[in-house]
Amino acid sequence: MNYTQLQSEPRPPRLSVAVISATVLAYEILLTRIFSIVQWHHFAYMVISIALLGFAASGTFLALRSQLVDRFNHVYITNLILFSIFALPCILLAQQFAVHPEQLLWDPAQMIRVTAVYLLLALPFFFAANAIGLALMRFRHNVPQIYSADLIGAGLGSVAIVGLLYLLFPIDALKVLCVFGFVAAVIAGFELGFNRTHISITVIIALSSLIVFSLLPAAWFKLSISSYKSLSQQLNVKDAYIETERSSPLGMLSVINSPTIPLRHAPGLSLNTTVEVPEQRGVFFDGDSITPINAYSKRENSVYLDNLTSALPYHLKQLERVVVLGAGGGTLVRQALYHGTSSVTAVELDRQIVKLLREKYRDFSGGIYDHKSVDVKIKEARGFLEGNPKRYDLIQVALIDSFAASSAGLYALNENYLYTVEALAEFYAHLSKGGYLGISRWVKLPPRDALKLFATAVEALRRTGVVDPAKQLLLIRGWQTTTLLVKNGDFSKQEIASAQQFCKTRSFDLAFYADMPASLANQYNMLPEAYYYNSSKALLSESSEQFLANYKFNIKPATDDRPYFFYFFKWRTLPEIFSLRGRGGIPLLESGYVILFATLIQSVLISLVLIVLPLWKRMRTNSVHRGRMVGYFASLGFAFFFIEIAFIQKFLLFLHHPVLAVAAVLSGFLVFAGLGSYLAGRWQTNQDAHHLVVMAVITIGVLGVLYALVLPNLVFEPLTAAPMSVKLAVSLMLIGLLAIPMGMPFPLGLARLGERAKKQIPSAWAVNGCASVISAVLATVIAIHFGFTVVVSLAVVLYFLAAGLFKF
Amino acid sequence: MFHLIRILSLLLFSSVVLTAEEDYALKRENMIRAIETDVVATSIYLDKKALDPRVMEAMNTVPRHALVPIRYRSKAYLNRPLPIGYGQTISQPYIVAIMTDLLNPQPEHKVLEVGTGSGYQAAIFSRLVQQVYTIEIIEELGMRATKDLAELGYDNIQVRISDGYYGWEQHAPFDGVIVTAAASHVPPPLIQQLKPGGRMIIPVGSSFLTQQLLLIVKDDEGNVTTRQILPVRFVPLTGSH
Repeated sequence: MNYTQLQSEPRPPRLSVAVISATVLAYEILLTRIFSIVQWHHFAYMVISIALLGFAASGTFLALRSQLVDRFNHVYITNLILFSIFALPCILLAQQFAVHPEQLLWDPAQMIRVTAVYLLLALPFFFAANAIGLALMRFRHNVPQIYSADLIGAGLGSVAIVGLLYLLFPIDALKVLCVFGFVAAVIAGFELGFNRTHISITVIIALSSLIVFSLLPAAWFKLSISSYKSLSQQLNVKDAYIETERSSPLGMLSVINSPTIPLRHAPGLSLNTTVEVPEQRGVFFDGDSITPINAYSKRENSVYLDNLTSALPYHLKQLERVVVLGAGGGTLVRQALYHGTSSVTAVELDRQIVKLLREKYRDFSGGIYDHKSVDVKIKEARGFLEGNPKRYDLIQVALIDSFAASSAGLYALNENYLYTVEALAEFYAHLSKGGYLGISRWVKLPPRDALKLFATAVEALRRTGVVDPAKQLLLIRGWQTTTLLVKNGDFSKQEIASAQQFCKTRSFDLAFYADMPASLANQYNMLPEAYYYNSSKALLSESSEQFLANYKFNIKPATDDRPYFFYFFKWRTLPEIFSLRGRGGIPLLESGYVILFATLIQSVLISLVLIVLPLWKRMRTNSVHRGRMVGYFASLGFAFFFIEIAFIQKFLLFLHHPVLAVAAVLSGFLVFAGLGSYLAGRWQTNQDAHHLVVMAVITIGVLGVLYALVLPNLVFEPLTAAPMSVKLAVSLMLIGLLAIPMGMPFPLGLARLGERAKKQIPSAWAVNGCASVISAVLATVIAIHFGFTVVVSLAVVLYFLAAGLFKF
Repeated sequence: MFHLIRILSLLLFSSVVLTAEEDYALKRENMIRAIETDVVATSIYLDKKALDPRVMEAMNTVPRHALVPIRYRSKAYLNRPLPIGYGQTISQPYIVAIMTDLLNPQPEHKVLEVGTGSGYQAAIFSRLVQQVYTIEIIEELGMRATKDLAELGYDNIQVRISDGYYGWEQHAPFDGVIVTAAASHVPPPLIQQLKPGGRMIIPVGSSFLTQQLLLIVKDDEGNVTTRQILPVRFVPLTGSH
């Protein structure tokens, strides 16, 4: 069979499209994982933008080089091979451009590094997108088929990478993805009817590339973690080394042993104590947050735990049933045991750390997780409590985020469902009569965390029906940590007296309790004024709204719909901070949000300059209305991502497992949208395409709004205690109903272009990519300010807008 | 002829060096002026309108450029932190000045520093007190600082590469202690090695930016209190509440 024959008998390469889509999506998820380890979480947003930028740039490239489609077979395979060749080296090279977010604020030259990283990482996506885009152009009469293969492949890829990350370290998973890229190329060879020689050449290229990769020095494959992350700094200490490493989609755990200069992690330790912190192993999570494993051979090892602010509840009364949420290395569990608690439930999401403590560090930790009084639950905190009928004397929430990253605002974009109003109400509902909820946070100046938490607790108590929350709150602070206690009942005089004694002996300050005299507020750890006391009083007063509005940081309570506890930034304060930048003011800037916003502006600019402007003239055609066409594909790009991102968050609260939720929702949306695309192709022959789009959009609108409004109460709540398999099945069913119609408008639009102006297909691909680039970041910005329900509502409006623009 | 060329090139070279030194001196003076302005702006937190003139004199004397990596020398006198390798930084001059002043250094004092880093802070103290003891945990940094400080002729500084947790028992007690190394808590031995009436200062924040300063004061009876200082004129509230 020769090339001419092939041209006359085109057969869409659906399998290779599916495999490369699976590989690319897996690659994208892996990249976010790798960047969370070597940098910080918010770099994940940059990765999403980078990936989509590669896709959008490919659309521009194909529009400008549309004649490439005449040599489809070879160009298609070449791009698949190029993806596979560049996927690995680009990441290895990119991580060498050490970018530090805080340094970005001082040193604009760092932007050159950021640009280099962008360009390097966009390259593999560019090649993969070329392959898929060319397939859409070449098989324009089979667009729904190609698009469905693309989506279904991507959906399966998102599940596969999660599975792979349970088995392999990220860098090894990357090697596997390279192999899959080559597999896609070989499959394409067969699908496109290449002769043996051509297939052999493809296989030889693949094998030689893999051999070259395997011959590269092992040191090149090491993740190059930022020198400013805690793990790197700990490893600078003489003789410190990584004793054990574990990896899963939840994160990478590195256990450090520092035999010469011991690790001593005891934040919040009283200045009055003379006891020594016992020998520790430091467990670093993604190279930063640390949870120590304490050596335990005798009771004296735990004395220091009585000198932390978190020990307060044990001094108010004898506590029998304690739950530690986020037990990690077991510090708070040991604290409970030290105080004679008879039953401690350690709730920890990450199975690996529990396994480490039960196996390798069993003897070292004194067998803490096998202790007769300790019950370990591998569960997400709220997932453990929801539907659990038990009540506890104390629920402790561990302080696990690192101070450095927290104080620099690097967690600003992390959704957190432990510190929301709904979460605190849930915790409160599980307290026995007279029981306490204890949450410790870092002391920051000016105060942020502790006040936001206080405001959240006040709101949670009010929602629960408590008339006078002040009587049920007690806040203390050391120089480094604060501990807030929320009691199921009013604090008694005896309890307040015990708290006073506890603070006095440790030089901690009382920051708030009902009717507390102002004179007690600022005794040991002196601030310019009694910020914590004054602010707590203000948050309980009738003018609390005014206080929140006037405060220069955002300390309004976080909710499940806007779960950004660590977002403290206020635009109003920016000019003042900016004017103080040379006077020590830079640390006041919560850089995480600023970087997100910079990424958004950058995405818009790059999209405009590199994609929209070059294509705008080319899009001029008499066959279709340019503005309507751009509007249609842009709306779809925004809307699809908005819904996907918002529902990942909604389902997270149902499935209570971040990895499962992301994998299920992402793959569910993609696979079912793929199915929708396939069905659209089949139904299109019998029905008017516009009619199909309108029907699809109405379904999306009704379901989208319905889901946003009623899912939590009508579906999630009744199924709280259902087994995970049932929850997953229900989730996928619900997602399927919504995603099938979501998969229809895009291929129907492309098919319409294929009929009327086939040269515009790559432009539409590019415009859609542009919108996707921006939407990934924009969705987070909108969610931070208005909540995820607004994100869904906007998506629905955009879908209706698209339906109105379909007749371009 | 050859001799003449040598003399001429020597003269030329020394004039270049002289110009560079003058240039640095000028930059240093500008830095001092910037710090003075900033201190006035931050006076509400510092409880003073100006820093001790001796501290400012020391800041104007120590060649900061000689203690930063060569590639950052041109930026040495900008009021910003600079990377010195190993994930460590040299603090911005303004913060160094405030920290030094808060320790209230006197000519007869002995000061302990935990976290030598570039050696700049130790060099500043060496101009103000009798003896500086400084401990660095990272071997490479400790060796570099030892060499740089020796070359600058600061002979009242002793550098030791070891664990700063236990302080320097042999020379304790100290009139002042400064802990620039990141620590999850204040090591009890350091508080014990502080003289009654002594002061300890700890910059708190990430490795690149100092968020706040912690001043620990030990009174004559040995009781310890802390003051938390925001080194910038920033009031968290606006309007009335």
